[in-house]
Amino acid sequence: MSGFQYEAPVSVDEAVGLLAGAKGLAKVLAGGTDLLVQLRTGAVQPDMVVDVKRIDELRQISGNAASGFVIGAAVSGSEIGEHAALVKAWPGVVEGMELIGSTQIQGRATPGGNLCNASPAGDCTPGLVAAGAICVVAGPKGRREIPVEQVPVGPGKTSLAKGEFVVALKLPPRAKNSGDAYLRMIPRTEMDIAIVGAGVDLTLDASGTCTHARVALGAVAPTVLLVDAAAKALIGSKIDDAALAKLAAAASAACKPISDKRGTIEYRTKVAGVLARRAAVIARDRARSNG
Amino acid sequence: MSKLHISATVNGEAVEYLCDPKQTLLDVLRDELNLTGSKEGCSSGDCGACSVTLDGRLVCSCLVLGVEMQGRSVETIENMASGEELHPLQQKFLEAAALQCGFCTPGFLVAAKALLEKNPNPTETEARYWLAGNLCRCTGYDKIIRAVLETAADMRGSK
Ligand SMILES: Cc1cc2nc3c(=O)[nH]c(=O)nc-3n(C[C@H](O)[C@H](O)[C@H](O)COP(=O)(O)OP(=O)(O)OC[C@H]3O[C@@H](n4cnc5c(N)ncnc54)[C@H](O)[C@@H]3O)c2cc1C
Ligand code: FES
Ligand code: FES
Repeated sequence: MSGFQYEAPVSVDEAVGLLAGAKGLAKVLAGGTDLLVQLRTGAVQPDMVVDVKRIDELRQISGNAASGFVIGAAVSGSEIGEHAALVKAWPGVVEGMELIGSTQIQGRATPGGNLCNASPAGDCTPGLVAAGAICVVAGPKGRREIPVEQVPVGPGKTSLAKGEFVVALKLPPRAKNSGDAYLRMIPRTEMDIAIVGAGVDLTLDASGTCTHARVALGAVAPTVLLVDAAAKALIGSKIDDAALAKLAAAASAACKPISDKRGTIEYRTKVAGVLARRAAVIARDRARSNG
Repeated sequence: MSKLHISATVNGEAVEYLCDPKQTLLDVLRDELNLTGSKEGCSSGDCGACSVTLDGRLVCSCLVLGVEMQGRSVETIENMASGEELHPLQQKFLEAAALQCGFCTPGFLVAAKALLEKNPNPTETEARYWLAGNLCRCTGYDKIIRAVLETAADMRGSK
């Protein structure tokens, strides 16, 4: 590891000032479960590291299902999993976060870090995209809000400008008869990187017809994908086998994966359809029991 | 880069140290504070040999910077026995031969203690998932898992 200046601001404005004013490369530090590994290998050599865990706004979960939850960017996976109301309203979002790493990693890893590390295989991001989460970004020009899917622009790259960082992730108000789910495929049973991740969020009306759906795929393209065609396959249906088959086909068709030691292009493409379908079934069953 | 002066609590005692920003908490524990019970297996969060609790949360000390510790509290394997009296998990690991080379043992013990504090009655599956971030190249895990479950049963019985 090469040397760097360490700062631990206690307010958003102070953090923006440090990040914007830094000479050379400044990196935000949340849980450090990506950044410290990158520092050690020398993949990232910052001049300044800005630890955002002392800023209260980043460390809390506020709101509720009806008004919409606001998850601080630097809340840990363990804390998210312990938040009963959030788990009840958004089990899929929580599942994605809780799949990250081991118990030790859960104690530190954050949704903001997963998003801004911008790995195509990040497990928390697809669930947030499916949920329609909004990312609150603070920077030298003040605050702006953008859909989560607009944050990553390529492997390891985000749309954030110099001086900007993520403050929070806002979930929309939860309609009744809604459910979400996230599934991933990994070659092992724990501690591995996704071959495919699939997040589905949907809402049913009183007759069980799907009125709203969003489908997101991870690890099958340079960034997380929001697959409109897959959502359209569900909307207006009762999420029966015919609709699920269309959804699976649309999910597979959207894939632009790579081949690597974990999976070939053909395998990832096929599995994307299978997982999207399974996630949709779980989300549907949750929506039915969530009146 | 100049070193920073950090005041933290280590195993219940106030400690001060000078720390280069690039030193990890594991480096600080081992090299500055001579607490060498926490081991360095990988330095990438994969093996769990460096497990400690930070403000009560189980974490890998190789993925924490020493400078992050200002005002925070860490507990290490060195704090597990009370004087000469071993923690029930330590005693059971010895009796059940839940170790061979012993390199992974401090990490497993710290992680298992955190598990039993949160869940005094884990199922085998729960124990295996909780400990999935601790790697052992010797035992094949079975004896470790059995030792943890037996200790949990003993500790519940003695309450
Ligand atoms: C053993 C191990 C297992 C893992 N398993 C998984 C897994 O199963 N699935 C998975 O998806 N990931 C996994 N990871 C990767 C990592 O844990 C996750 O990506 C995690 O969510 C990163 O969060 P963090 O807070 O630790 O990020 P950090 O390391 O603190 O930051 C990551 C990146 O995001 C930037 N950043 C962080 N917070 C912000 C912010 N608020 N605003 C702007 N930029 C920010 C940092 O500058 C850095 O570039 C694993 C890592 C390890 C070490
Ligand atoms: S040394 Fe920290 S996890 Fe291996
Ligand atoms: S006893 Fe040797 S690594 Fe576990």
